Amino acid sequence: MRDITLGQFVAGNSFIHRLDPRTKIAMMILYIAMTFLVKQIYFLTIPFFYLVLELVLSKISLKYILNSLKPIRFLLIFMFILNLFFTKGEHVWLDLGFWKLTGEAVLQSFFLSVRIILLVAGASMLTLTTSPIALTDGLERLLAPLKIFRFPAHELAMMMTIALRFVPTLMDESEKIRNAQMSRGADFESGNVFRRVKSMIPILIPLFVSSFRKADELAIAMESRCYHGGEGRTRMKQLKFRKDDLFAILVTLLFVAVLIVLLVAV
Amino acid sequence: MSIVINHLTFAYTQGGKRLEPTLKDLSFTIEEGSFLGIIGHTGSGKSTFAKHLNGLLSSEKGTVLVDGHDVAIKYERKIVRTLVGMVFQYPEYQLFAETVFDDVAFGPRNMKLEENEIKSRVTDAMRLVGLDPDRFSSRSPFDLSGGERRRAAIAGVLAMHPKYLVLDEPMAGLDPLGRSEILSLLEKLRTESGCTIIMISHSMDDIAKHATKVLVLEQGTVFLYDTPQAVFSHAEALQKIGLSVPSITHICIEMNRRGVDIPRTICTESAFMDWIREGKQHA
Repeated sequence: MRDITLGQFVAGNSFIHRLDPRTKIAMMILYIAMTFLVKQIYFLTIPFFYLVLELVLSKISLKYILNSLKPIRFLLIFMFILNLFFTKGEHVWLDLGFWKLTGEAVLQSFFLSVRIILLVAGASMLTLTTSPIALTDGLERLLAPLKIFRFPAHELAMMMTIALRFVPTLMDESEKIRNAQMSRGADFESGNVFRRVKSMIPILIPLFVSSFRKADELAIAMESRCYHGGEGRTRMKQLKFRKDDLFAILVTLLFVAVLIVLLVAV
Repeated sequence: MSIVINHLTFAYTQGGKRLEPTLKDLSFTIEEGSFLGIIGHTGSGKSTFAKHLNGLLSSEKGTVLVDGHDVAIKYERKIVRTLVGMVFQYPEYQLFAETVFDDVAFGPRNMKLEENEIKSRVTDAMRLVGLDPDRFSSRSPFDLSGGERRRAAIAGVLAMHPKYLVLDEPMAGLDPLGRSEILSLLEKLRTESGCTIIMISHSMDDIAKHATKVLVLEQGTVFLYDTPQAVFSHAEALQKIGLSVPSITHICIEMNRRGVDIPRTICTESAFMDWIREGKQHA
């Protein structure tokens, strides 16, 4: 339980790491758009090349990307098999009477699997190279124009920052409470599922109570330092849009343009 | 019977890597019926050591035997946890049940005692900590005051009738009255029920007044393990490792330095008063 890492940020000082978080978010949105525009498996090579380029520039080991794919492996297998069964096609490879394996089905299964892999890998590229704080900062600035429609961009970003900040604290707290209840003879390891879930109550309730208490204390601490929301608030670390960012966006747009030209041409 | 610690060495692991050991080759015996005070600088391994006493942590290097039961062995731990009661820092944060009664009964119920026995143990424990069972039993633990909540949490441990009671800074954050209530409770437990008390504290005055033995931990090793008088006679050595001596000892040392013929090892107020009375008799 102690080894859970959230956002799995890998600190570094590569070209990608140094980019403005807003740039990286925009890059990821464009990248996702690319993978969704494509309807043929061979055109997925373009977002794939883009991902490889990003990976090389970020100097992040491939291991991290593969790790990010681990949680979805069952979903991938399930989707692959489901598509084999339910995609209709003309080129029958194998006929078992009740079900025909078609070339189209195999192609479709591969296409969807590769697309999902690319999507997840692309998204984890963002979290691997951007610290959670930078990410929420960037998100806040990107959402800022929506304030006209009374969208609470600053509050949302602040909530995300606080949530991320408290993950390790609460992990620590739950470990302490667990120790205390174990000392009173609580048993979390034996019994069936129902019993085990029930045995978590002595941990969950104190954890909730202490979260509320911490929220209260934090609110007081923030207010006593005159926090009053995003209005007129300045930052110590200003986000700066530099030449590198412009370059990265241009390269990304180039990829998108090439893809669109190819799609139109075919 | 006693708790025997033999060459205990323990290191935390982080990300699969072993860190620098927190406890290094500890060996000593905690006698039954004693009041052991544990002092040490922050990070000296006090709390880590305490967690070894009921097997929350265990190490492959060295052993901790509680009345002969090895805390590192899984099936022995159940017995050990009924023998050794643990009161952690801010124990009130572990309260969870709907009523004080149910919370105090959590430990005894885990011990699979009969309902009658549980009831008598819970009411006894509540009385012991000064919470009237008639008034408090059916109240929610979250409605109590801070001091009452702490006492309810301690009652939850006492209801298990531990032979050894380990307390990690039990007075932290309490007012002077709350502190002295906890201390007199511990004294009562020791003298009336023969319960062995092991207390971690930063208050040298409290340790000097109540402990029969003092363990000084420094960077995971035993720095001193002796009677309070003997331990607090090493004022300079203690100061070097970031600790101090009881305030009364400070006064004695200062008086001694200025030419008063007073022993530098007095560490309780009553010993100080004895010295004054003696002096009067001579004069």
